[in-house]
Amino acid sequence: MTRYTSATEADRREMLAEIGVSSIEDLFADIPASLRLTRPLALDAGRSEQEVLAELRALAGKNVSTEDEVSFLGAGMYDHYIPALIDSIIQRSEYLTPYTPYQPEISQGGLQAMFEYQTAICELTGLPFSNASVYEGPSAVAAAGYVAKLATDRRKFVVSRGVHPHARESLATLAHAWKMEITEAPLSDGVTELPQLDDDVAAVVLSQPNFLGAVEDLDSLTQAAHDAGALTICSCDPLPLALLKPPGECGVDIAVGEGQTLGNRLDFGGPSFGFFAVTEPLLRRMPGRIAGETRDVDGKRGFVLTLQTREQHIRRERATSNICTAQALNALAGVIYLSWLGRRGIVELAELMLQRTAYARARLQEIDGVELLHDQPVVREFAVRLSAPVQDVIARCRQDGVNPGYALGKDYPEFADGLLVAVTEKRTKADIDRLAGALAAAVAKRPGPVEVGA
Amino acid sequence: MIRAADDDLTIYERSKEGRRAFVAPGLDVPERPLDELLPAALRRSRPPRLPEVAEPEIVRHYNRLSKRNFDLDTGFYPLGSCTMKHNPKLHERVAALPGNAALHPLQDPTRAQGALELMFRLQQALGEIAGLPYVSLQPSAGSHGELAGVLLTRALHEDNGENRTKVLTPDTAHGTNPATVTMAGYEVVKVGTDDRGNVDLDDLRAKADEQVACLMLTNPSTLGLFEPGIEEIEQIVHGVGATLYYDGANLNAIMGISRPGDMGFDIVHFNLHKTFTQPHGGGGPGAGPVAVSERLEPFLPRPQVVRRGSEGNGSGPHGNGAEAFYDLDYDRPKSIGRLRGFQGNYGVFVRSYAYIRSLGAEGLREVSEVAVLNANYLLARLRREGVAEYLPAAYDRLCMHEFVLSGSPMKQELKIRTLDLAKRLLDYGVHPPTVYFPLIVDEALLVEPTETETRETLDRFADVIAEVLKEARDDPEVARNAPYTTPVRRLDEAGAARRPVVRQPLD
Repeated sequence: MTRYTSATEADRREMLAEIGVSSIEDLFADIPASLRLTRPLALDAGRSEQEVLAELRALAGKNVSTEDEVSFLGAGMYDHYIPALIDSIIQRSEYLTPYTPYQPEISQGGLQAMFEYQTAICELTGLPFSNASVYEGPSAVAAAGYVAKLATDRRKFVVSRGVHPHARESLATLAHAWKMEITEAPLSDGVTELPQLDDDVAAVVLSQPNFLGAVEDLDSLTQAAHDAGALTICSCDPLPLALLKPPGECGVDIAVGEGQTLGNRLDFGGPSFGFFAVTEPLLRRMPGRIAGETRDVDGKRGFVLTLQTREQHIRRERATSNICTAQALNALAGVIYLSWLGRRGIVELAELMLQRTAYARARLQEIDGVELLHDQPVVREFAVRLSAPVQDVIARCRQDGVNPGYALGKDYPEFADGLLVAVTEKRTKADIDRLAGALAAAVAKRPGPVEVGA
Repeated sequence: MIRAADDDLTIYERSKEGRRAFVAPGLDVPERPLDELLPAALRRSRPPRLPEVAEPEIVRHYNRLSKRNFDLDTGFYPLGSCTMKHNPKLHERVAALPGNAALHPLQDPTRAQGALELMFRLQQALGEIAGLPYVSLQPSAGSHGELAGVLLTRALHEDNGENRTKVLTPDTAHGTNPATVTMAGYEVVKVGTDDRGNVDLDDLRAKADEQVACLMLTNPSTLGLFEPGIEEIEQIVHGVGATLYYDGANLNAIMGISRPGDMGFDIVHFNLHKTFTQPHGGGGPGAGPVAVSERLEPFLPRPQVVRRGSEGNGSGPHGNGAEAFYDLDYDRPKSIGRLRGFQGNYGVFVRSYAYIRSLGAEGLREVSEVAVLNANYLLARLRREGVAEYLPAAYDRLCMHEFVLSGSPMKQELKIRTLDLAKRLLDYGVHPPTVYFPLIVDEALLVEPTETETRETLDRFADVIAEVLKEARDDPEVARNAPYTTPVRRLDEAGAARRPVVRQPLD
């Protein structure tokens, strides 16, 4: 017997007798004999809890986490402080182990949390309607593209080169199936320069701040999109939105983004959550679950999943999306985190990042062989160009216990000398000074043999 | 008047100006004027109206809210098609190890070897379970895996210079199947079900033509029945050059017993949150890896986790005793591309890998055996209780890991609907089965007990169902007005949709 099953030999005998068959084998009679597996699966034998823990601990020990080095790596996910209360709440069985709240009478906790979460996302984005979460950031951009396709019936996307490369690629994967074209809007001095838009553009896709950390002038970009009758999709980083003009106020129609920074762990890339907010005309095309307030038969306030006629389980092939399971637990972490920060705290946190990032940018700029890639306003992340090969510099910094950031060259061949540096509130002035020291030494070193990863 | 309880206040209604839980770390760098760093034209005019509450109130608020949820750790949750099995506590511990939880997704592969090795091993294990060796872990949930699968199909046909337009889905399919087909740019063609609950082979033959790209099939089906004609289905589908897609929602029935790859399926998606114990989280996270046959391998999403030997030649075995190196392979020219950011829901992979390591080959087979035993036993018990008169099995045969009852006679004779039965179960501390699905069964109840429930729990469920029917015989109003004991009673869903209030009005 496994440690997660309870059917004893006696149970099995009696249960089979109740069913009226003589063996478990008989229960599988519908499976043709030719399709039965006649050998055990080629997997190792099961192990005790203690042994599995030891094995997984050993594997995890081979990773270099943000606890093992001073990391300035960002580029879509960020090493923010996660308050202790989040784990203590989201690890409760009542949140961890139910499924989608199909029975609202016994799911008020999850539903109300969704409602509170939706409210917070509306506040951050400046848009009137939010769903209860989608998978994560880049796929949210693709999902937003689908909404724009349905809403406009046009054939093109214009996508800023400042949008996260993973988001651009996720959209392209689906646009191919939709037989839609993608035109790239180039970056000029770090910010988006829109081409002339024709009347076949379904949506202009932007990022705030963009992948290079630059804050975009969303007002003028959305104006240009709207003049061409196109929608604007903006992938937003939620914490900088504490300071930045909300995308909804700038005329953005669909604001999406990666929610990891809101109380979720890095987890090597997931699970986190994606947020998704829209204007009123797009409400009934929005993907995913939405919690709404209502009353019960006694007049008590309660919450239900609402506007479900958009969804796959009701509308099937005419649904506005195929999404079912999303990221409820991660979105719960998000709303707890935002409540923890609060109205003042979120601004204080963003201002702290802004100041430390400005300090880091100035410190790095002073180094011989380092220059700014652009001088646009930034909040938490900025890009520099290095006079020495970026991979060598990163490798040398790592020897000093510093991970200086993300090499841009893989996604931006035009910035083969580019390094993207993220400064969260976990990076102190001392850490930044250490980065500046390591980077200065690494850039100054002559090219030569160095231990570089494959 | 003092309110009996303020349990239903929102966090915003508990907010009071000046309260806080967050205290920022001290500013340790020279402060520069805000206007210099961020021009006023780019800034918001007022802070987002988030709640102002101190830590004790946040903790109490969300703890109280949690008590308004029913959960699997507390009670029986036979929600058909969702595989609500126990979520081992070990998994939360291993996922939280700093080497996993604090690992940045863009960490250089040389410094993420443990994570990549775990992913590689999980790919291999899933490939073995499915009987299809090439696995991508990237998709985020079952529906995302379905999307991957249909896009892979499209890529295969396009690579062959074909432009097919239709995808077949049985009328019993999960709603995600037809929704996926549309989203992937194909037309849905529905295939009927015969009177034994199997795919109607004549209908399939009639609809399978050269325009068909794929048949998406759940096997066992959403009726909890294994398709005995699967070999013929495979011949029909492959006969017109289409792919055969396996929706893995019901994989829990056949692990180690039969493999989709051996049945002739080309593509399988897994629901790691169903079969492989990722906690359902109130509606996610999940993960929806896909396994495919060799002809579809070139099209798998980018990047792919690979093991390179000392000679660095892809995923082959490494020689000369050299250390294997695990890497992310982006060089996949025929790939459909990315479906999402980074490498997928790694935290889910850790839990699922721990599960597979805990159970091993023998344990996984036992999982499926006991899942099927439990379902058939519960079905038999319900027959014995005299329930069958009102709630007959939709198809009178052995089931796999779940089964469908029809509430049609109950509705006619006892004057209560399946919905009423479900709501009355809430008062007995049981989560109702899936209701009104599959669509082809009138007043359907889809019951999936899973292998982690004891016989005693199944017995009690059967007793409860019998009791509710007995109540209804005496007075149908009891069920029609249920529930009575839950934090709220029946809610006005139609009103909620008519006048959507989906966020808190704020001052």
